[in-house]
Amino acid sequence: MINDEGHIIRPALGNIGCDLYISTSSAGGGLQMMVAGVVRSMTAESAERAALGAGSIVMDVIALNDKRLPHERIERIQSLRPDMILIAGETDGANTDKVIKITETIGAADPKPRLGSNFKLPVIYAGNKIRRDEVKTILEEKTDLNIVDNLRPTLEEERLLPAREKIHNLFLEHVMKQAPGYGKLMKWVDADIMPTPAAVGAILKRVATEKNINAVGVDIGGATTDIFSLFEGEFNRTVSANLGMSYSISNVLAESGLPNLIRWIPFGLDERDLRNRIKNKMIRPTTIPQTLEELILEQAIAKEALRLSFIHHKAFATRLKGVQQQRTISDSFDQDTDSQSTIEMLDLNLLVASGGVLSHAPQPEQTAMMLIDAFLPEGITQLAKDSIFMMPHLGVVSQIHPQAATEVFENDCLIYLGTCIAPRGIAKKGRKALSFSIQKPDGKVEKDILKVGEMKRITLDINSKAQLNLDPSSEFDVGQGKGVPLNVSVRGGSVGIIFDCRGRPLSLPKISDERINQLKLWFRTLDVYPEEAEKI
Amino acid sequence: MFTLKKLKKYKTMAFSYTPGLKVSEKELIVRRRMLPLKGEVLVRNEDQVNSEDIIARTLLPGKIEIINVANKMGIDQGDVPSAMIKKEGEFVHKGQTIAESKSLFGLFKSHATANFSGTIESVSSVTGQVILRGAPQSIEINAYLKGTVIEIIPDLGIAIESWGTLIQGIFGIGGETSGKITMASNSPDQIIDESVISQEYRGKIIVGGSLVTGNALKLASQLGVRGIVVGGFDDQDLRDFLGYDLGVAITGHENLGVTVIATEGFGKINMAPRTFELLRQNQGQLASINGTTQIRAGVIRPEVIIPSTASKKDVFVQPKGLNVGTSVRIIRNPYFGQLGTVKDLPMESSILDSGSKARVVLIQLDNDNRPVLVPRANVEIIEDND
Repeated sequence: MINDEGHIIRPALGNIGCDLYISTSSAGGGLQMMVAGVVRSMTAESAERAALGAGSIVMDVIALNDKRLPHERIERIQSLRPDMILIAGETDGANTDKVIKITETIGAADPKPRLGSNFKLPVIYAGNKIRRDEVKTILEEKTDLNIVDNLRPTLEEERLLPAREKIHNLFLEHVMKQAPGYGKLMKWVDADIMPTPAAVGAILKRVATEKNINAVGVDIGGATTDIFSLFEGEFNRTVSANLGMSYSISNVLAESGLPNLIRWIPFGLDERDLRNRIKNKMIRPTTIPQTLEELILEQAIAKEALRLSFIHHKAFATRLKGVQQQRTISDSFDQDTDSQSTIEMLDLNLLVASGGVLSHAPQPEQTAMMLIDAFLPEGITQLAKDSIFMMPHLGVVSQIHPQAATEVFENDCLIYLGTCIAPRGIAKKGRKALSFSIQKPDGKVEKDILKVGEMKRITLDINSKAQLNLDPSSEFDVGQGKGVPLNVSVRGGSVGIIFDCRGRPLSLPKISDERINQLKLWFRTLDVYPEEAEKI
Repeated sequence: MFTLKKLKKYKTMAFSYTPGLKVSEKELIVRRRMLPLKGEVLVRNEDQVNSEDIIARTLLPGKIEIINVANKMGIDQGDVPSAMIKKEGEFVHKGQTIAESKSLFGLFKSHATANFSGTIESVSSVTGQVILRGAPQSIEINAYLKGTVIEIIPDLGIAIESWGTLIQGIFGIGGETSGKITMASNSPDQIIDESVISQEYRGKIIVGGSLVTGNALKLASQLGVRGIVVGGFDDQDLRDFLGYDLGVAITGHENLGVTVIATEGFGKINMAPRTFELLRQNQGQLASINGTTQIRAGVIRPEVIIPSTASKKDVFVQPKGLNVGTSVRIIRNPYFGQLGTVKDLPMESSILDSGSKARVVLIQLDNDNRPVLVPRANVEIIEDND
């Protein structure tokens, strides 16, 4: 691949060299922002919410009433080295100079990108619109200044969408380019370096569009978790830059809370020990699980990172449709909910997993279990994983050779795990959830009745299809309505057909021993972990 | 086809490099010290400075108060300049009258006073307002490191160079401080609990063994201990001490009165014997420590620097990579925190107990006779430039 001078051999000569060298760039530790506003509990809080909503980690909130002296704020900006700064302040038309004071503080700090590249630090101004010219005078030379609509145009109104979108776009377009070696890499490649999330999104969008299906893709990394969805032709992409498996792993715990994390672990664990293990992964991000116990812990954390990222994605997708939030001063300022999400899980056809913890899980059953527990698919959903983390590269190829990219994606990149059958609904544990009959390619028919709380796995080869008759009970819906039967052809995979009759939304036993026994039973049913896991 | 030259290149590229933390008995250390805003540098090139010497200073403009004198006194804006008994540029004390007027026959007086001490900056006959500016505030930065000034960055700061011992920690909280190294434990496995912390450690940097407890942290902070260098601490205690859950490893701004540096990680982990021994050898010496940690691209590690007078023409040894004989620390369960020596580096990947396939390293543990197989990703080299 490389000649004696250390250069890539191009074009390919038989088995030597290559015709095309492409690359993508990932997050470099996530997106870490500082936000600033005039009043801590008003505009600064709105700015904080906009940054959090865009999936960023907020390192500090600066406000005129934060009880710090100007030089302390300046030192803080300089020492924290944020990736981006968002400034808010004053309602539109307000005749004070307060937002200028906070802007001057940021100007005086002369903030630089943390990796010392030639890029200017992106700063977004989302404050009083009549102060824009003064803000430009202060910041335009020193920073990459971006001006968006005021996120608090009036006291009663909060418009986070423009600032949130701008944060997201700047992260994809600029911040990732600050990664060490980016400039050198640019000279080697034959096509523009794409941000990894953009590339993964590109290939998923292309394939889902060609197949005319609804798809969700996820790529979980060390610092970020990226989710992509294509529903009824509408594509959405989110980067949760505060949820990942190493740099941001501790933030997964902080965001989810210990009980949500522990619920996925099939053995008792001392809280103090668990917290230490998570922090040790954060400070030594490149380590890998050596023991089965460590693997189960990491996969439990992954489920929470994926679950939270999906909540974030659903909320963001809603916002992209232009829904604005009206707030009154007395509002509690809760985070957005997913109540208006455009994503309908019953309509989801394909769920694709990518990223180390999913792609490189020792057993495909583990990947399937993580996907099912985190995303809670409903109805009939095909599960697949990116075999060798090829999706980002195919995303770049899809810009140059679309057909080649699609073919490689289907034939070499995707490994089908199987199909998940999960009726939507809730009923008392032990009652009938659904009965089914499945006819495999060899003509054999298998029938069974599944109760609420049960899971079942039927093996079916990766290239095989089977005819499935589903007859849900009156509380459950497999896609046609409650109690309505469905006859459908399903595809197999390395895991096969997985029946999940635990109900939606999923609830786990509250008593620890019961929960552990229940988890063990599910894991045993699906062959998720080897027998030794039972002894932990 | 592979040429011999290419094969040679592959051989040299084949070593595995696992970065570790620096624990160096003697090396040349350089630190830059910068003001947040332009000001005055107080030292000259080649000056010798001590860690607490002020090396640069700047003045922040004082706070401003706008006094609406016309309103307060019930007079026309245009009459304000003539009512002023203190003029522009004049200093006034808190509570002092700055303007006064007399009504008809001098019977009713009205006046305006200063809410804080400062200088009258301007008097406006248009708005009737007076601007009072408080005394400027001095911002100073110290040298942090005892050493020699080797560079002056005009109006902003300096670079200082010093020979000394440098120990990098894995994680810390709290910013820069300095104090004398004092051993609070006799061995690397000892725990620092509240019974160990006493008044005698006030102003000192204490060195512990395997763990500092939450109560010991609180007591140390109350008693004015400046720093704690220890093998590890529990995340639960850190959360209680900080008052919040740390989401990402970006620290240094905590203002809890004490800087804490973990040399090994979270939990009870014996301090590496060499680190402990180096600190013990420096008992009583003045050290500069900084807990600032940023674990992301552009990593920053916490540090302990113990300057020494004797210099040594040390040659920096490039990290040698992971080879047979290399000293390593295991950084993940089930052997987390244990030290050992590389015995073998098998070429082939192995199946781990987790079921994953990974390249491994065979390690002879220091405190155990049996050699253990560990993923290469789970070890770090104990770097040493001596």
